[in-house]
Amino acid sequence: MKPESLSRRDWLKLGAAGVAGVSGATVLDLASRGGARRALAASGIDPAGSRRDGPPPGSHAAHQEAMGIVGMPRPDETFDPAAFLTDFDYGEVTTRADGRVVRRWQIVGLDREIEIAPGVFFPAWTYNGQVPGPTLRCTEGDILQVEFTNAGSHPHTIHFHGTHPPEMDGFEPIVEPGQRFTYEFEAKPFGLHLYHCHTMPLKRHIHKGLYGTFIVDPPEGREPAREMVMVMNAFDTNLDGDNEVYAVNTSAFFHHHHPVRVGVGDLCRVYLVNVTEFDLINSFHLHAGMFKVFRTGTQLDRYDVTDTIMLCQGERHVLEFRLENPGKHMFHAHQSEFAELGWMGFFEAVEHLAAGEGVPVRAHV
Amino acid sequence: MPRWVLGLLPLALLAGLVAFFFGADPTAPFRAAFPPVEDLTIDRVSFPERGIMRVHVVNGGPEAVTIAQVVVDDAYWRFEMDRDPTLPRLARAELTLDYPWVEGEVHVIRIVTSTGLTFDREVAVATLSPRPNARYLTTFGLLGLYAGLLPVLIGLLWYPFLRRIDRKWIHFYLSLTIGLLLFLVVDAFEDTLEASALVPEGFQAAGLIAVGVIGAIVGLRALGNIGRGKGGDGGAGGSSGLTVAYLIAASIGLHNLGEGLAIGAAFSLGEIALGSFLVIGFALHNTTEGLAIVAPVADRRPPLRHFAIMGALAGLPTVLGTWAGGFSYSPTLATFFLALGAGAILQVIVEVARLVRKSWPRGLFTPLNATGLLLGLLVMYGTALMVTA
Repeated sequence: MKPESLSRRDWLKLGAAGVAGVSGATVLDLASRGGARRALAASGIDPAGSRRDGPPPGSHAAHQEAMGIVGMPRPDETFDPAAFLTDFDYGEVTTRADGRVVRRWQIVGLDREIEIAPGVFFPAWTYNGQVPGPTLRCTEGDILQVEFTNAGSHPHTIHFHGTHPPEMDGFEPIVEPGQRFTYEFEAKPFGLHLYHCHTMPLKRHIHKGLYGTFIVDPPEGREPAREMVMVMNAFDTNLDGDNEVYAVNTSAFFHHHHPVRVGVGDLCRVYLVNVTEFDLINSFHLHAGMFKVFRTGTQLDRYDVTDTIMLCQGERHVLEFRLENPGKHMFHAHQSEFAELGWMGFFEAVEHLAAGEGVPVRAHV
Repeated sequence: MPRWVLGLLPLALLAGLVAFFFGADPTAPFRAAFPPVEDLTIDRVSFPERGIMRVHVVNGGPEAVTIAQVVVDDAYWRFEMDRDPTLPRLARAELTLDYPWVEGEVHVIRIVTSTGLTFDREVAVATLSPRPNARYLTTFGLLGLYAGLLPVLIGLLWYPFLRRIDRKWIHFYLSLTIGLLLFLVVDAFEDTLEASALVPEGFQAAGLIAVGVIGAIVGLRALGNIGRGKGGDGGAGGSSGLTVAYLIAASIGLHNLGEGLAIGAAFSLGEIALGSFLVIGFALHNTTEGLAIVAPVADRRPPLRHFAIMGALAGLPTVLGTWAGGFSYSPTLATFFLALGAGAILQVIVEVARLVRKSWPRGLFTPLNATGLLLGLLVMYGTALMVTA
């Protein structure tokens, strides 16, 4: 199967993102919903220009005013780590004649400068203008259609983890800038997976930001819980093959300044994915509590109980826990270096959390 | 056309060219393709008190740089800045951090700019930075005295000895002086290059060295001519011996200023706090400089005050240097002064060689003189071994 080339008209519309710097609105027509819309809406998408022009004037001064450990992170116009934490994209749902559920997503590859720590900008390659890309979620057995349009400056693909026909695996065909390819396969097995670009050189394509979480729910679902997605990532800002900034969900120290609010005794579930490049492993450590680890989320009845879990590159686990005491519970990489370079935060357990407050409770849909 | 118009016309045209260049922006295609070149230099890291770290930064690159974050020992750390975080070309900034630094240990400071580039500086030994109070002023002043002024004065005491020896031995000692100075030149250039490695690119280390060296040579030649003019005859006798002695004293003074900077900086950076060998080494080294000063006047009898003045001229700059180096070391200034010293010594070698040739028809390189020159090099080499702390 070969990627289709965009029509001249389409390409001019996109033309967008890569070349001339047409406003984001035209790209928006191509990138349909949810995450993509939010990502592009700010119309700040002008990759060619943004690198040159840099941040808006005055923004750094603002950071100086409000310094925390490294200054207060500021939600990006197109990416708010607080929203991303609990945002699951179920796609456009239709039902096929044979009764199978079909989910469709439109993903656009875009070059974009993102802010990874207060005042530190990174020329990223993104899915839908955000790093990590949108969290795609479905149920085992669903038919998935992921239409990928490459509006970036380099060839890209989307490689999904999980079981599917090799021609839908996303290591080939390579989708050149201006081309489009639709990945279509059945979602299986249930578990916590990921997707990322698989174009050579791999290290660069991944660490530049082309990755996201791919959740396949078991048919019967999991117990309702306060659900979050945490993608452990890092950025090599000076291109020395070593990371300068570590985080969950890109923004260094974000949850250090904005604790994740949950109810005391409530079931909490973290979909934890490691896409850190350059460092062999990353880890997750919870203070003042223990959690269950469902490795790769592929089994519902087998788990470990611990407070520290190590993940290799590309490894991911579902964590479940209940915080028994009110107050701040730190969580961070147990590599102290990663923690102090941005990868740390807090859960704040609150008694009698009002309805609609904190991390939303999610039941199977 | 009036003359001044003719003089200003090229300047006006040049101004027009510059204005046109910035207006037309012919390099724009390059800038679009490449990220901006950033080049920050951490000039100095000081530790004014327990738990406080101060980082002095210069933007030596061609474009403005925005400081976004500071990493100390692999941890992002809160900092305050004495100005807005965007530094134009050649601008300086002072960053203050509440950081629990550890006495005697290594700390690595890294500045992360808005584009994610990083600029590092390692502090080999963290130690409380001296402040310009009476205690440190005295300490540094004494260090300068030990290393600079006193040894030079001691060296001057060879004068009576030189008075009593034969003329041909005087030339032996003059040749020895040339040897000493030749070694000093090499030494001075090495120090200059070493310091220049830390000079921010925008300050053009090579140009700075050229200005220093050539400036010293030309300046001393002009001074020498004035001296000779006053002395009158300028012949074999006359005052040229004394003039040369003064030139040597002045040039050694310039050199010692640079040496003082090095001593002061080393102590304040904690790098040689463990050994006072540096001072002892410099002292031995500098005693021979006293000999170099008096050798040209061995065959005449200048009033005593001249010795005092020459000693001060050669030795006191060490004290000034240790103060300046101890309280605010700047690689840029140090490079300039070291280059100035190197150029000065170079010129003085020429002067001494001339003196020998003029008063000794058998030429510069008699076997005895050559032995003296080589011995001078060896003596300096021997005493230099003491300097490596």
